[in-house]
Amino acid sequence: MVDITPADAVPPAEVAEMELYHPHSWWTKYVFSQDAKVIAIQYSATATAIGLVALVLSWLMRLQLGFPGTFDFISPEAYYQFITMHGMIMVIYLLTALFLGGFGNYLIPLMVGARDMVFPYVNMLSYWIYLLAVLVLASSFFAPGGPTGAGWTLYPPQAIMTGTPGGQDWGIILMLVSLILFIIGFTMGGLNYVVTVLQARTRGMTLMRLPLTVWGIFTATVMALLAFPALFVACVMMLFDRALGTSFFMPAIVEMGEQLQHGGGSPILFQHLFWFFGHPEVYIVALPAFGIVSDLISTHARKNIFGYRMMVWAIVGIGALSFVVWAHHMYVSGMHPYFGFFFATTTLIIAVPTAIKVYNWVLTLWRGDIHLTVPMLFALAFIVTFVNGGLTGLFLGNVVVDVPLSDTMFVVAHFHMVMGVAPILVIFGAIYHWYPKVTGRMLNEAMGQFHFWVTFLGAYLIFFPMHYIGLMGVPRRYHELTATTVMTESAHDLNAFISIMAFIVGFAQIVFLFNLIWSIRHGREAGGNPWRATTLEWQTPETPPAHGNFGKELPIVYRWAYDYSVPGAKEDFIPQNMPGSFESSREPA
Amino acid sequence: MSVILVFLLVIVGFAGWWLSHQRLMAKPWLEQGVIGDIIGPEGSTLPTAKIGLGVFLAVVGCLFALFTSAYLMRMALSDWQALPLPRVLWFNTGVLVLSSIALQCASVAARRGQIDTVRLGLVTAGLTALAFLVGQLVAWRELTADGYLLTANPANSFFYLITGMHGLHILGGLVALSRTTAGAWNGAPPERLRLSVELCAMYWHFLLFVWLAIFALLAGWAATFIEICRQLLT
Repeated sequence: MVDITPADAVPPAEVAEMELYHPHSWWTKYVFSQDAKVIAIQYSATATAIGLVALVLSWLMRLQLGFPGTFDFISPEAYYQFITMHGMIMVIYLLTALFLGGFGNYLIPLMVGARDMVFPYVNMLSYWIYLLAVLVLASSFFAPGGPTGAGWTLYPPQAIMTGTPGGQDWGIILMLVSLILFIIGFTMGGLNYVVTVLQARTRGMTLMRLPLTVWGIFTATVMALLAFPALFVACVMMLFDRALGTSFFMPAIVEMGEQLQHGGGSPILFQHLFWFFGHPEVYIVALPAFGIVSDLISTHARKNIFGYRMMVWAIVGIGALSFVVWAHHMYVSGMHPYFGFFFATTTLIIAVPTAIKVYNWVLTLWRGDIHLTVPMLFALAFIVTFVNGGLTGLFLGNVVVDVPLSDTMFVVAHFHMVMGVAPILVIFGAIYHWYPKVTGRMLNEAMGQFHFWVTFLGAYLIFFPMHYIGLMGVPRRYHELTATTVMTESAHDLNAFISIMAFIVGFAQIVFLFNLIWSIRHGREAGGNPWRATTLEWQTPETPPAHGNFGKELPIVYRWAYDYSVPGAKEDFIPQNMPGSFESSREPA
Repeated sequence: MSVILVFLLVIVGFAGWWLSHQRLMAKPWLEQGVIGDIIGPEGSTLPTAKIGLGVFLAVVGCLFALFTSAYLMRMALSDWQALPLPRVLWFNTGVLVLSSIALQCASVAARRGQIDTVRLGLVTAGLTALAFLVGQLVAWRELTADGYLLTANPANSFFYLITGMHGLHILGGLVALSRTTAGAWNGAPPERLRLSVELCAMYWHFLLFVWLAIFALLAGWAATFIEICRQLLT
């Protein structure tokens, strides 16, 4: 499909200019906008809003776990509803939407040097369907019976039975419909992100000159396009089971002394479908984070990224490998030992490209001119957190270790470290980094430092003790543990401590939100390129970038994205669109 | 899950082939910024809309591969009772093939600029696709009349689910086709018309392929085929 042209060939004609849609009214400019930048902000705001709901839910759960028996309104049913909604919102409606819908929309066209996404109308639809999905999800809080309490994995048969909150009410139906809508909306957006990277790159922007942020988002989107259909299939089939009485997943069950009409179905089938989506989902969230962190570190350490090629290959390799590890979430489902052996092996193999990335980040920092700006602090915190979370992943990837730990708080601590805290740290770092481009003003530094230290240290104070209580054998998913051997006095104290920390960290996020709003008017003027970065989004004629991004002429790219501290160059960074050669003493790597 | 893995393998192979043409061995840090360095074209020479549709079809293919995987896994359980396929499905298949051929003719005609043939092809394709959908509904009615209800057996549930999902995709295609047809009458620019006709044809051929695959699956031939493959491997 793509022909390679030798490097010395005559440069082809200018990439065809796309026709831009020009808004005619306030509504089409700010609400039903087809501009990727506006859509990005809409996505981010919606994801943040629903994410705040999930944050409050986690507080309520921690109230119950830290101080059991104190709060009457947190019944076991309510507790399960909080768990379910917290997990689902954080993983899908916040992280996926924010990384791909938010950062993807804002950064892809700017970073590849395009005027906009290639299918702006579809892109707009994508957001509105996402909003609808969020509203449907949120409406389940007000539905009779409340939201579903099936756990974020929605395992049948319990997900659609009477005993589970929302199982025979509206809760589960609204959840499934919302997920189906989300997937439809995401597919529309995802087509845009992929095809824009494929087709709308400006002249000179070869794949190997793309910033790693774009590589991360691009690969994650390809994965999401292939993984979300599995969730779609699982949701549709479960919806049939629940609403129409089929037996895809439902085995024969006697409930309250009555034989249900279901029979013969396989709950394991659901688990396969769910985790076929669920594991790639971890990397759908992680890969954009990997990419963004690479750019933050390189920019704020004023040094080219170490091993760019390896970084790209590792991103692609992780993306491909992540499709053959899904069953490590199902070790306790009674699988064939050889099956478990296979998946344990693939799980450990994926640690190789991941470790390459970590080494490369560290080597990028090595002897760099490190500026400890707020985005850099978050990027560094990410590396540490990701390594920590990844190491416990090595524990859980092994069948014999996973089986006893699987139902304990250890797993909760592990996945919160690796796919909760770590990507969220990157999101914060990225917001501090790109906020000046979006608004033209810097975020307040003092508030940023406060936000960082409380969030970073607080997250560790929450999740490190959680590993310990998990190793002690405290089970997860329990509403209340009273007089049991595993819940010693010290475990209770730790739980109370974790809860208090969770509140402190949560409140620090309010400072961050305040900073976001306050700095729009009162922040320091940023100028066009406050971090003195090389990538194209910092080279726009206007800040914030106007409709069409690059003024009259699209930029032409002459170099990769990491020309920092080039010997012989006048400044310590050379923008990608700056022509000319600089005598350099760089050795070939 | 073997079907979806095979499907993904095809995708990975395609992606690998494409990536291997993207100079992944380049050393961008050594490329000095001179005009001679500019390598192009950055995108493919194919129209962007076609690539977009191609990516979308990969997603649709993934969806049906997953349904197939689920079907085969559920089929292995003991309560499965295959249902007799209604005869009308053969007729439907023929109609859908006709529909695809009509769109192919329209596509060729659009390339040659024969607007009348384009119109004829588009209308024929639309009508035959509608006939296909009606035929599918007839098949559903026959089955329910014979007592093969949705919930009676997982084989029935899958039959309705998969054919329904395929029908919905055809329906979505019909929306695009009707817009193209309207364009063919209202004098859309020939380049644009040609592109939309080609996109419709691409989508139609793909859905025909999907239909043939799920027809084979629902008729039980696919399971036999996979059984043979499995025996060859073990």
